[in-house]
Amino acid sequence: MVLRGRVWKYGDDVNTDVIFPGKYTYTITDPKEMAAHALEDLDPDFAGSVKAGDLVVAGRNFGCGSSREQAATCLKEAGVGAVIAESFSRIYFRNAINQGMPAIQFKDASQYIESGEEITVDLGKGEITCKAGTFNFPPLSEFMMGILEDGGLVPHTKKVLRKSST
Amino acid sequence: MGKTFAEKILAVKSGQDEVSVGQIVDVSPDATLSHDNTAAISKIFESIGVEKIWDPAKPVIVLDHCVPAATEKYASNHKTIREFVARQGIGNFHDINAGVCHQVLAEQGHALPGRLILGSDSHTTSYGALGAFAAGIGRSEMAVIFATGTLWLRVPETLKLQLEGPLPDGVEPKDVVLRLVGELGADGALYRAVEYTGSVVEEMSVGGRMTLCNMAAEMGAKIGYVAPDKKTARWLEKRKRADYEVVISDEDAEFEQVLRFDMEGLAPQVAKPHTVDNVCGVDEVAGTKIQQALVGTCTNGRLEDLESAARILSGKKVHRDVRLLVFPASMEVYREALDTGVIGRLVDAGAVIMNPGCGPCLGAHEGALAPGEVCLSTANRNFKGRMGCREAEVYLASPLTVAASAVQGEITDPREFL
Ligand code: SF4
Repeated sequence: MVLRGRVWKYGDDVNTDVIFPGKYTYTITDPKEMAAHALEDLDPDFAGSVKAGDLVVAGRNFGCGSSREQAATCLKEAGVGAVIAESFSRIYFRNAINQGMPAIQFKDASQYIESGEEITVDLGKGEITCKAGTFNFPPLSEFMMGILEDGGLVPHTKKVLRKSST
Repeated sequence: MGKTFAEKILAVKSGQDEVSVGQIVDVSPDATLSHDNTAAISKIFESIGVEKIWDPAKPVIVLDHCVPAATEKYASNHKTIREFVARQGIGNFHDINAGVCHQVLAEQGHALPGRLILGSDSHTTSYGALGAFAAGIGRSEMAVIFATGTLWLRVPETLKLQLEGPLPDGVEPKDVVLRLVGELGADGALYRAVEYTGSVVEEMSVGGRMTLCNMAAEMGAKIGYVAPDKKTARWLEKRKRADYEVVISDEDAEFEQVLRFDMEGLAPQVAKPHTVDNVCGVDEVAGTKIQQALVGTCTNGRLEDLESAARILSGKKVHRDVRLLVFPASMEVYREALDTGVIGRLVDAGAVIMNPGCGPCLGAHEGALAPGEVCLSTANRNFKGRMGCREAEVYLASPLTVAASAVQGEITDPREFL
């Protein structure tokens, strides 16, 4: 899987409440509508101007806070190809993979990647190419790539159940 | 080499002799927790195409996040859940008259030493206070458990926090955990199991230990854990649903890190807006005017927390510029607080007693803030917009500090009142 896109860059500890506000967690159920509120309390310009394939880059502990899956769904539905962060909160990491959106841990993300630049990410090789150069990140395990390739945990489970029943 | 609590329990639950840190294992939980998000989970579950859930005895479902329903949308959501529960024959269902999910699940005796509990809520970590391995997961994951009975987990490293005391008067479990979150940071225990030990923890009530484990989530931890002791056994005596086996870390287990904290000189702590690890001593923010004060939530809505608030508020009045909201964490807490006269004392002081539930903790209803307002809360999160308004500020503190500040109309060191 190779992704290419424009970068939206944020800082450390971007929490799930600023990615997808708690007040919407039970009132908005349509993923498209979730996308319209993505990052609303952090960057009000984001949802209106994000393009399919864009990449979110952040510092440490991206997605800390609540377990709400909408914080991954809203970015995916907004067209975000992957989130690249120095580290992720554990539930966010799981939710992103389970929604079929790659979560990439690259420890020097803040240092080398700039806001607005176009970068290329090779998931299989574990390689990021940006203006500053080409860098490596630990590739995702085969198990997680399997979930991503199937489009997320639910389609993945369906496939496994289908296989086991035949 | 010995094993940690986390390694032992994940070995048992994945049916292996032993497992080690970093390994990915397939486990089947002893119980699951979901709340108002069960409506969304049920829809994902149905999309998988499995008719019946794997075991109707395992899920515990509690309506708490927006109860009673604030709008038609929330009401429909609750209706979807009630229908799902009936269709699937789920016995452990608690409707809007029960309380906050974490308190209810524990009180109902589902959280037991040695059990594995997975919940679609980040504060599922709370049950570690009773010796369970309890971790938060996402909605799709819960739907997959409903369909298959299993989920993958990574065996975590363990961070042992040794807390030595004694705690000074006026300093509560909340202050201890705020101090730890402040010191270690919002990602200080990322992916790790946090094991709380030391004299402070031994002396602490089960409720206080729940506060510690609840906020392990605020350091990024997978689980919080306290080794069960006599207090745990006593707390569980009348509540436990089944017999249990205590699982503890071996003395020679390999901990990733052991950190010692001396809490003897600890002052009341406050987390400032807009991150939980933005922690300082109460004196640094003393004098900050507040318009709302909140005692409650899964962090601090237990009887002892209401008692702390009443200890300060008895014979006093809430400041005329402050609204004090009190949310007992469960109906059991509410009932006891009525019986012991705690509720009466709070009402006399001018507090508004609300129904058990999450209340305004996540900004869905009840007690929203206006732009420019400041709330001092006993909750666990103070993120921007958390209580429904992006231009409001939320500070976090102990029940004693919140009560003292409600009286003064500004953030106040509770020790002045004791
Ligand atoms: S009280 Fe607050 S933190 Fe606790 S479960 Fe409810 S919304 Fe979540």
